[in-house]
This record gives sequence, C-alpha cells and structure tokens, in this order.
Amino acid sequence: MPNSTTRAKEELLSVTGAATIAELFSAIPADHRMSWPLDLPPALRSEVELQRHLVDLLRKNTSTEDALSFLGAGCWPHHVPAVCDEIASRTEFLTPILGTASSDHGRNQAWFEFSSQLAELVDLDFVGLPTYSWGCSAGHAIRMASRLTGRTEVLIPRSIDPERLSVIRNYCEPPEMPSHIDVILVDYDPTTGEIDLVDLADKLSERTAAVYVENPTFFGTIESAGAEIASRARSVGAETIVGVDPISLGVLLPPGAYGADIVVGTIQPLGMHMNCGGGTAGFIATRDDERYAREYPTMIVSIAPTTVPGERGFANILVEQTSYGMRDQGKDWTGTSTYLWAVVAATYMSLMGPAGFEEIGELILQRSHYAARRLAGIAGVGVRFSSPFFKEMVVDLNATGLTVAEINARLRTHGIFGGKDLSHDHPELGQSALYCVTEVHTQADIDRLIDALSKEITV
Amino acid sequence: MTEKTSLRRYHAAVWDEPLITELGAPGRRGLVMPSAEPEVALDEAELSGLVPATMRRSVPPSLPELSEFEVQRHFLHLSQETLGMMGVNLFGTCTMKYNPRVNQHLATRPEIAELHPDQHEETLQGVLAIVHGLDEILRELSGMDQFVFQAGGGADAAYAHVCLTRAYHASRGELEQRDTIITTIQTHPCNAATAATAGFNVITLPLEEDGYPSVDALRAAVSDRTAALMMNNPDDMGVYNPHVKEWVRIVHEAGGLCFYDHANFNGVMSKIRARELGFDACMFMLHKTFGAPKGGGGPAVGAYGCTAELMPFLPRPLIDRKPDGTFGLNHDGPLTTGKVREFWGNIPQVVKAYGWARAMGADGIGEASDISVLANHYMEHRLLQIPGITKAQPHLTANRLEMTRYSMQTLFEETGVTVFDVENRMTDFGVDAFWLSHEPWLVPQPFTPEAGESWSKEDIDFWIDVLAEISREAYTDPDVVKTAPHSQTIHRVDTTNLEDPDRWATTWRAYVRKRNAGLIDAPV
Repeated sequence: MPNSTTRAKEELLSVTGAATIAELFSAIPADHRMSWPLDLPPALRSEVELQRHLVDLLRKNTSTEDALSFLGAGCWPHHVPAVCDEIASRTEFLTPILGTASSDHGRNQAWFEFSSQLAELVDLDFVGLPTYSWGCSAGHAIRMASRLTGRTEVLIPRSIDPERLSVIRNYCEPPEMPSHIDVILVDYDPTTGEIDLVDLADKLSERTAAVYVENPTFFGTIESAGAEIASRARSVGAETIVGVDPISLGVLLPPGAYGADIVVGTIQPLGMHMNCGGGTAGFIATRDDERYAREYPTMIVSIAPTTVPGERGFANILVEQTSYGMRDQGKDWTGTSTYLWAVVAATYMSLMGPAGFEEIGELILQRSHYAARRLAGIAGVGVRFSSPFFKEMVVDLNATGLTVAEINARLRTHGIFGGKDLSHDHPELGQSALYCVTEVHTQADIDRLIDALSKEITV
Repeated sequence: MTEKTSLRRYHAAVWDEPLITELGAPGRRGLVMPSAEPEVALDEAELSGLVPATMRRSVPPSLPELSEFEVQRHFLHLSQETLGMMGVNLFGTCTMKYNPRVNQHLATRPEIAELHPDQHEETLQGVLAIVHGLDEILRELSGMDQFVFQAGGGADAAYAHVCLTRAYHASRGELEQRDTIITTIQTHPCNAATAATAGFNVITLPLEEDGYPSVDALRAAVSDRTAALMMNNPDDMGVYNPHVKEWVRIVHEAGGLCFYDHANFNGVMSKIRARELGFDACMFMLHKTFGAPKGGGGPAVGAYGCTAELMPFLPRPLIDRKPDGTFGLNHDGPLTTGKVREFWGNIPQVVKAYGWARAMGADGIGEASDISVLANHYMEHRLLQIPGITKAQPHLTANRLEMTRYSMQTLFEETGVTVFDVENRMTDFGVDAFWLSHEPWLVPQPFTPEAGESWSKEDIDFWIDVLAEISREAYTDPDVVKTAPHSQTIHRVDTTNLEDPDRWATTWRAYVRKRNAGLIDAPV
C-alpha cells in the first residue's frame, strides 16, 4: 500500500484538519465499533510465503489433468486454446470496470464480436452480453416470455438437469408470490430420452407462456422434433425457448432455424476452463424484434456511429429498462456478470471458424459414439437411451449389482473419474451415470476406461 | 493551484482495428482438431446417421476464417485499445484496487482451472480448504456464521438474500403475509430490483435532512407485512447512518430480516461488523473489496453470509470441516432455498480473494480501511478548491467514509460543461471515467470518486490535477471539453438513434442487414 508509509500518512492527514486518522471515523458511533482486534490467520506478507502456502494447498487437489475424467453435466472438459488464455489474462481486459465507449473501445468491440459470432452459431440476430449461467439465462428467458404473453405457466422436460431446474424455480418464484410462474414438467420418452410429444400436447394450453426444451438434452440426446415443438407452442401463442450447448452447433441445426424465439445456453465450452464450475456463463439471444429487445434484463452492446463520420464505436443500449435505469421497475435485474468470458468466447469462436465447429462436432460425435459402443460391450453395462446423442450419454449400470458411487470409487483407484451419478437426481433411472466424451478424450483414454470398468464389474 | 502539476502527455492506442467478421479469408484456419483414430472414425454416411436428418446443420455458421496469429494480434490490438486500470482509476462504489498478479497466477494453475465441481470431495481437498478458509475469514470480518460463494456478483448475492427471505418466511407460514421489502434510495438499485424480481413489493425510503432516511420514516414503513430490510451503510455517498442499530431493532420487532449490503465495506472493514449491528445476513464483493479483478463486469463473486438461524435456508452445497480435519461438500438441506446459479461459485475469484486476505492479515485490512478514509478526506480537501465543484449535501458535518459524492452543477451552470464531458475529457489524460451516481440522481451533475488504498498520493494528486486542468479548460475553452475525447482510440460515440429498433444492431448480421436496407447510414 503506497500510502502506508508514515510520511505519506502525515502528508495526507495534514490537510484534513484532523489530528489523527481515527478522528476521520467519527461518523461511526462508539457503540458500533469493534472493541477487540480481528482474529485472522497471520499475514503472509511476502509473495514467497503466500505462493508457497497456496501451492501447498492446491497440490492437495487431483485435477482432471492428473486423472482421466468423464464428468460433464454442464461443465465440460474442452480444449482451451493458448491464445484464449493469453487474452483472458491481459491486464487491460482483466481490470476495467465501466469506462467509456471511447476509452474501453477495444473491450466493447470484443463484446460486439462475441454477440456477432454467437448470433451466427444460433442463427438469431439479437444477442445480449452474458449472464451468470445457463440456468440464470433460462430463468430470465422464462420471465421474458411470461411478460410477453401475460401468462404464468412454463413447460419444461423432466429430463432437465435438476441443478438448472432449481435455479429456474427460484426465478419462477414460489406459489405464495403473486407473480409466481408455474413450472410444469413434461415427461420424456423412457426409451428415446426425447420429450414425450403426447404429454406435451396434453399440458400445452392457452395458459402456457413458454415451452422450454434443450438440445442436446441433459442426457445428451438430440431432440429431433425441434420444429414440431416450436410449431405446437406457437399454435397456442406460447414462446419457444431452446437451451443449447453452442459447441454442438457446427453439426446440429441452430435453434433459430427451427423456430426458437429465445435461445439460451452456456458459453463455458467456448474457451473457458471448467474452473471448478467458475467458467460458467450464460447467454440470451432472440430475433431482432423490438418485442423481445424491450424485455431484456441484461446489458446489450450495439454498433454505433461516433462524432466523426465513418468512425465506428460500440455503446450500451436499452439501459433505461434495466435495474440500473429503473430500480425495482426494471426488467428483473442486472449487475456485474461474466463479461470477461465474452471476450474469451469471441477469441475462441474466431479461432474455430466454421470449419473448426464442424470438425469439433464431428470428432465429438465419433469419440462419444465409440465410447458408447465400447461401453455397451461390457456385460451389465448399457447406454440407456436409443436416440442419437451428442457428447454425453446416460450409462445404465443397474445390471452390474453395484451403485454408481461404488463403481466410481473403484474407478478412482485407476485414476479415473467416472460419469456424474444420476441416482439421486434422476431416481427413475436407478443406478445410471452421465458420461461425457469430448475432443480431449483419445481412443486410448476411452479404452483405459473400458479396461478399468471391465476389471471392476463382474456380472 | 499554483503548484506544479503532474500532467503528462498521453494518447491511447489507435489500431483502427476492423471487426473480426471483416478479417480473414476463406479456407484459413486458427485451430484444427485431431483426426479420429481409425477404430473411432466413421465414414461420412455413418457419421451423418448419428444426427437425425431434422437436426443436421446444412449451412455452416458464417464465422470469420483466420489463422491463429491473426486472431492473437486482433485481440491484442483490442486489449491495447482498452484503458482498464492501466491509468489511474478512482471509480467510486466499486473500490478499484490492485489485483495482485500472484493470485491471478495461482488461480489459473491446472489445480484450479482443470477441476470439475462434481469431482469426489477427496480429490478436492485443496480447493475446499481454500473456500472454507475464506469463509472463516469472512465470518470473522462480519460475525456471521456461514458464507456461500454461489452468487455470481453483488446483485446475485442480493438475489440470494431475497430467495432466502422467501424460504425463511415460507417455513413460518408467513410468506403470503410478508410481501414487502424496505430499502433506501441510496442503497444500490440491485436490492430493490432483486426484491421485485422475487415477487416482493418494494418501499424505497428517501433521504431526509440528516443525509439518510429518518427513523420515523422507517417506523411508518414497517408493518406485519415487512419481509426484510436491505440497506448499505455507509451509503453510496459515503454517509454513515448512525441509527442503523435502531433500524435493525425496529425491523426485527416487526418480524423482518435485515440484510447488510456491504458493497461499501472498504472504509469500515475491521471497524464494524454486521453481527454487532444486529444484521441477519450480509454480502461482500470479492471483486471489489477483496482484490479479485472485475474483468470489465465479471466473473465476480457476491459472498453471502448469514447467522446460524438462517443457515438452513442457504443455497447448497455448504463446505464443512469434518472431525478428521478433511473438508466435505454438504448437499443436505431440506429447507434450502435452492440454487441461485449452477455449481458452487466462481472459484478462481474465491482463490484470489483468499490470497488477498491472507497477504493482508488483520493489521493490513485495518490499515487499508484507514488509508481509504484518509485518502478520501485528502481528496475532498483538494477537490473543493477546484472551481465549479461542490460537495453533495454540504450541510452535513459528519465525516464521509471511503468516498464522497460531489456535484459539477456549478461548473455546468457557469460553462455548459457536463459531467459526461468531463469524464470523456479525463480519458484524454489516461484517467478512467469516474462513477457518477446510480439512478435517480439526487444531486445534479454528480460524480463519486473513491481513492481506496492502492493508489499512491502521486496517483491521487495526478487525478485531481487532471480535474483541475479540465475545470480551467471549461472556464476558458469549454469546447475542448465538450468535444472530448481527443486522445482516445475513437471519438465520442453518438447514441442519439440507438434506441430505435431500425438503427440499433447488436450483431454484425443485423448491422449488415440494416445497412443494406438503408436504415443505417454507413459505407458498405
């Protein structure tokens, strides 16, 4: 602290008219003040000590670099290009608060490039700056749909990630609240994993504000009836909200092309490390229609002219409708979010280009299906759903006579993190696990998993 | 101001950098994927069969095609065209401070970056120890009994509180009755906004003669419908409400919860604690007070802490220390309000905050608050000597804490120069824009600097010298200020038509469409 020297303190104090620094705190009544010293761990003042202490702690972790991990479930292991890491650590991008459109022009341009490239992936024209997470984006999108339609029911497939559903339920408010949105779960087909269109038709009505579906689903399966779902929603005046994993959009049809009104999802796969869940960030995209634009709660950046003809800048728009402009009268709320990740995702999408997204999509399809073929070859192990899938698959372990927890414990002795245990969150699937296979998993990795499982599972 | 000033020459980087969508050429690659191994690879027909025909992408996304080197330089150019904290930045209410590089370095190591939150806890002992360690430090700083880090920012922590408020009153069968949350006009807008989003009515108390709402106004607002009070203290003008204990007592007597928005913690850390003031819950921003970077708006953490009575309602998981000294993730919580965000938080930011707090220690934290308040008073002395600048609520005699709100109304009336003009002109000296005020502006032409503990006296003097120079310009050559910036990457953005749906463009494809339709006037 540069002003911690006695001389600096004296210089600063000399002009204030106070005799001591303590006098400057006179606005705080004495009976509010702490009368005892803080009891904190001893200071590690030198970088040498601090780094040693933290490295000693960090070494107690086993990372997915140390082990072979098949965990995904919304936080996926994808390759992070070195250029993304360089850009993410630039002090100019790490430290800004707000700035002006002129002085933080580069950051604003990167934000616009994020929105522009994401728009191409999802095939929609209007994109806001990122939100906290996929679930938070879905929650805002459902509230947008409720305001747009004046209705208070949302239909969500029962296959959804319970963690994301929990986030959404908070946005939809409990029944005691006057603006409560009723979350109605729609069954999924127990054979295919896709949404049950009959049950959807039963539950869809003129009370429905929105149908929310995901592609791929939490189970990894591909909803093949995207256009039909959107069309049915539209027929009763409901909005269609689609949640996507953007890394799939080199090979999967973009939701804008099958009738989605609002698209949400996570940008974590676009250049963010898993960061123990701290790489999470969401997005909201819609058609470039005033009806939707006027309901956004988030910050939004538009290309803009400057006072010099021909010069381009970028500025926030529709700020007045946010909570910064209207406090409790604004659209939901906004605040500090995950904007650095917009810059990193812009970098990632620029590196990938159209060919990169197609390649990664095809590679993930091949590798994950290779894993599925091999897994199905182990006695007692099967892939639960028959529908095509992308990146993740539900592995049915019921016939092994073991719990997922027991199998994963055994896999850990091989240095392998097995798939996410679904037995608690999706009890209808019994002992099943969600396995994730991406471009980082080689054939040798998958074979190693198969060998370990084959050894540990004896039916 | 006869002293020699510290002004120096500055010009921002100008690369005239095209948009990424305008760069590159067909066929160029920035990143290639490995080939599938022979046993993994499928032929085209097999591959095509893996995606239902209805869901296959036939038109590739229209993304730019560049080499890796081109992408790297493009984004480096953009970084150079970003001021951030490269100059002096005294942005009030946000506590701009140094983000120690060692913490950034440590938090990006694979032992954090390559962790998955669903790993078995025995493989997460290091990170759990750090999260628990910061929890214990924040407990000591606040007197609360448990912190969670799930909220992705200060506003999200306010949101966590309103969700928890619902769960608390629902558990007592009083949620329908308790439909109102009380806040103050100088409390950050996110408190009012998250309360409304959670479904509560909001009562916002205005400031009165003493610089804060009166106890009588609070009494009049409180009733058996009160669910919670959400307030900061000091407020966003640096004014400390000395009746806060009485406020908390009144709200508690009515059955409401009290939430302390500690966004403005820098001036009071080590001096007061939420617990002794009576609060049930509080929030710290790790990306402000605790030295984690802001990232231009996140990723961030609103660390939310509460008393033991409210712990059953907290979002899960909680991180516990077990009797054997190891740490565990506790997902149990039948009364939990559920999640406010997936996973358990922006863990790299938690690591950075832990590093900051461990480096500072109790004495360092106390000294930082001393220096913050001292520097603010020093600034006030110098700023009030600048023509055209006055202090907001000048009749208040109590000392402000770590920041003070000022007004340029006099400058505006006498020169026509606005706070927007001044902040643009300040960037011509490499000084980042200052904070004005949240809405609504209670003070005309407001600005709110905050010096904190990281900036040297020379930095602070430089900032003030720049403002003094701009005041001089305003009185002698106001056009220089009104047309600023002149030394920035670009000139001032014209936002006149940006609320017009035909003229805004949030994406390149929308821009091209509107430009081609003649709606946006720009060279093709």
